[in-house]
Amino acid sequence: MGLLTNLKDSISRVTDGLFAADEPKRIGIYGPPNAGKTTLANRIARDWTGDAVGPESHIPHETRRARRKENVEIERNGRKVTIDIVDTPGVTTKVDYKEFLDHDMDKDDAVRRSREATEGVAEAMHWLREDVDGVIYVLDSTTDPFTQVNTMLIGIIESQDLPALILANKTDLPGSDVQQIANAFPQHETIPLSALEGENMDEVYTKIAEYFG
Amino acid sequence: MPGPTPNVDGDDAPSDDSDDGVRIDMISGARMEGLTGMEKIRLILDGVRDGNIVILEQGLSPDEESKLIEVTMTEISPDDFTGIEIETYPKAEAGDQSFLDKLMGRNSTQKLTVIGPANQIETLHKDENLISTLVSRK
Repeated sequence: MGLLTNLKDSISRVTDGLFAADEPKRIGIYGPPNAGKTTLANRIARDWTGDAVGPESHIPHETRRARRKENVEIERNGRKVTIDIVDTPGVTTKVDYKEFLDHDMDKDDAVRRSREATEGVAEAMHWLREDVDGVIYVLDSTTDPFTQVNTMLIGIIESQDLPALILANKTDLPGSDVQQIANAFPQHETIPLSALEGENMDEVYTKIAEYFG
Repeated sequence: MPGPTPNVDGDDAPSDDSDDGVRIDMISGARMEGLTGMEKIRLILDGVRDGNIVILEQGLSPDEESKLIEVTMTEISPDDFTGIEIETYPKAEAGDQSFLDKLMGRNSTQKLTVIGPANQIETLHKDENLISTLVSRK
């Protein structure tokens, strides 16, 4: 009986492994708040499936729940990659509801938004430790990348040995400095883009196929 | 087997309930070594929530940092606790790790780390050799 159970388990592991190779990779889109993660997720999803992932906004913490777009099939140079895109809330170590009061919100709405934001960040960290196979790390190229959150998150991603692609977003804006991001994380390749304008998406898709295929 | 989370307050520790200053707890690597990840996080957050600045001689591992962010988020509450400010010297730690360290799950995280309440600590400057922060009272 024990022998049969062991044999069944072994066969199950082998078949699971075979199917796992064909399963879509879950790629988490991470980064600080307002880096353009949802804009990028929507751009990728629209380009390859026709649907969006979620609403975009200039107000921080618009994305307060990790959202998944499944089976996004990207074809590059004859190579096909199927990924699940996981758009995650911007990671931070602090959330103060008072910051939302500046965006025409009353206190109740601001408190609710901050509570949802904290839950979303906690969820994003959990996804990163347990549930993603690779990471697209999005940074706003008009802001200083040498922040503690960026340093910590890149460290966490590296410690998990996850493949990571760093994107320097918002190159359409004045003050964009892609080199600064490349200097901050020299151990990774940095790809410039404007997710909003769709600039340099060809290279982004080529790299996605290369890194996560 | 480490015991329960130790209180930073020893029997001979002075009272910290004065409004005149900001308390700084400098915690040695040796003190943190015997603690589990969750005990370290509790030690840090209990201190920070009391309005103290916590300085770790050897920092946290990436996994512990991830859990610190997660637990901090669950403890944020309006008009009470808005989260933490945390600073370490920027280093490409993982890139410096040896294959053996990775294999054994060892992280070369020996980096001085400063953690404080988000509403009391502000980083003025940070580079590879200097962390300059402004600390205000509650």
